[in-house]
Amino acid sequence: MKTKMSPNEYEKFIKDKMPKPKLLSNAIKAFIVGGLICDVGQFITNWLKGMGLNQEQVSAGTAIIMVFLGAFFTGLGLYDKLGKFAGAGSIVPITGFSNSIVSPAMEFKREGFVFGVGARMFVIAGPVLVYGISTSVLVGIIYFLFFI
Amino acid sequence: MAQKRLGKQTIKLSNPPSMLSAAAVVGPKEGEGPLSQYFDMIQKDDYFGQDSWEKAESKFVEEAVKRAISKSGVSITAIDYMLAGDLLNQIISSSFAARTLQIPFLGVYGACSTMAESLSIGSMIIDGGYADHVICATSSHFSSAERQYRFPLEQGVQRPPFAQWTVTGSGATVLSSTGNGPYITCITTGKVIDFGIKDANNMGAAMAPAAVDTLTAHFKETGRAPGYYDLIVTGDLATIGKEITLELLQKEGLDLKNNYNDCGCMIFDNEKQDTHSGGSGCGCSASVLNGYLYNMLKHGELKRLLFVATGALLSPTSAWQGESIPCIAHAVAIETTLSEVQ
Amino acid sequence: MDYIRAFIVGGLICVVGQILMDKTKLTPARVLVIFVTSGVILQGIGIYQKLVDIGGAGATIPLPGFGYSLAKGAIKGVKESGIIGAFTGGITATAGGVAGAIVFGYMMAILFNPRSKR
Repeated sequence: MKTKMSPNEYEKFIKDKMPKPKLLSNAIKAFIVGGLICDVGQFITNWLKGMGLNQEQVSAGTAIIMVFLGAFFTGLGLYDKLGKFAGAGSIVPITGFSNSIVSPAMEFKREGFVFGVGARMFVIAGPVLVYGISTSVLVGIIYFLFFI
Repeated sequence: MAQKRLGKQTIKLSNPPSMLSAAAVVGPKEGEGPLSQYFDMIQKDDYFGQDSWEKAESKFVEEAVKRAISKSGVSITAIDYMLAGDLLNQIISSSFAARTLQIPFLGVYGACSTMAESLSIGSMIIDGGYADHVICATSSHFSSAERQYRFPLEQGVQRPPFAQWTVTGSGATVLSSTGNGPYITCITTGKVIDFGIKDANNMGAAMAPAAVDTLTAHFKETGRAPGYYDLIVTGDLATIGKEITLELLQKEGLDLKNNYNDCGCMIFDNEKQDTHSGGSGCGCSASVLNGYLYNMLKHGELKRLLFVATGALLSPTSAWQGESIPCIAHAVAIETTLSEVQ
Repeated sequence: MDYIRAFIVGGLICVVGQILMDKTKLTPARVLVIFVTSGVILQGIGIYQKLVDIGGAGATIPLPGFGYSLAKGAIKGVKESGIIGAFTGGITATAGGVAGAIVFGYMMAILFNPRSKR
């Protein structure tokens, strides 16, 4: 082959041949589904408040129920279909976090319940917890040093 | 130079082996595609009665091999070698099938180019006089490939519009030292080509330069023009890769617009089946060759075919480490008659 | 009214995620990590609370909300038990969600098998 291209040149060469994601319609779908999932969360929050729980109980309870819903619909095989339609609309809410735990757990069941389910559960959730918790500890330490 | 060699990459078989029989066994989605009538078996259950995707894929290989052998009329004990490979780590689908079949086994790996690779080596073994019957096979499975290379099946993610759909299926060919064709006449073995694509979703663009490299070498070393062939098919470049290939070929001064297609564009109806750019995986070119194309050759609707299977030689590890994707393509010329004048 | 506000705020956060995924090569996992971390930082500098006041569940249900709870918990922990609280506060505040995800995840893995996509 005579043609020689550097990675950059080739990237440019193929650029206009690559179909672009339909950002506008994807964003609208993400907005609607994401908004609706949050409304479910709002409904649960209101309902738990109505039962007279305190603020911490309400937020923990809401998280637990939402996580359950995400896990349950993943198990039923519906959440991946929702994800295909909604993209970030169903990835970003906490139900998506739950989906990211349940889907590898189900997938790797064949590899056993310790190294399959147990270990693989955290392929995506693990990094989220590592960075989330580490940053929160950092925030706590900074708060301790400068505001206490 | 060895007397059967035409050039750096191309050989001409002096005793061209015959493709005695071929079989393609595919999954449900492939069975709903435009080529469904050409497959030997459409397995409705993509678990194939097994309890894991890997076992299912192995079962696809086993079934394709058994069917190809039974169609050939040769007894399984008369098969001298089984050459097979697949996409799974340590090519377990093939070797586990070989465990059941008990045919002397040589495992090969060329990612999605494996069908052409096994046909190449098989033909050389026969031409060399080391075997009378060789079975060449390969497979892929959507679900086993997804979990190894991408995401768990139930994870709610969007596939980019240029992504390809791994074909669930297996294809097998029985090559024989005797027979009435179609014959394997020339083989061009590819070099590993890397134009620096890193996105593992963008296989077509990554593999296109490899296909172009092998095609140009083939035409140069055989002295054949693209018009020599009724059809030139690449393995699994899909819509985007096909377009890039045509354009790159034009830069090389080769015009294939009239007789070129890609197996990834043939196996699915991208619009109806939501397969985005098209099919991919070892099973893609294998099932199209052993199902549809073999039928066309047998019925005389194709007389000269150039089969160029393309493979992306990445691994999940190399992708995580941010390496670009090295690719390869092997060309196998298949002709229904042997013309002495070339 | 709180439903409309939750819808809009939650929807907009998801749109940001969609833009990140479509316009950059970030995988969903990276988007989630970025979202949680930015939720922690935004609450650390006291901004995210305002968004929660407006959007309610629309701000707490998306993943930055998880980061918000972590940061809020850590700060609360520091106030109550000093430096130790920086370590215990975040996880304490989010323990319900995390434990829920683990338990339900395990449960679903036992109950269901993955299905091939069509």
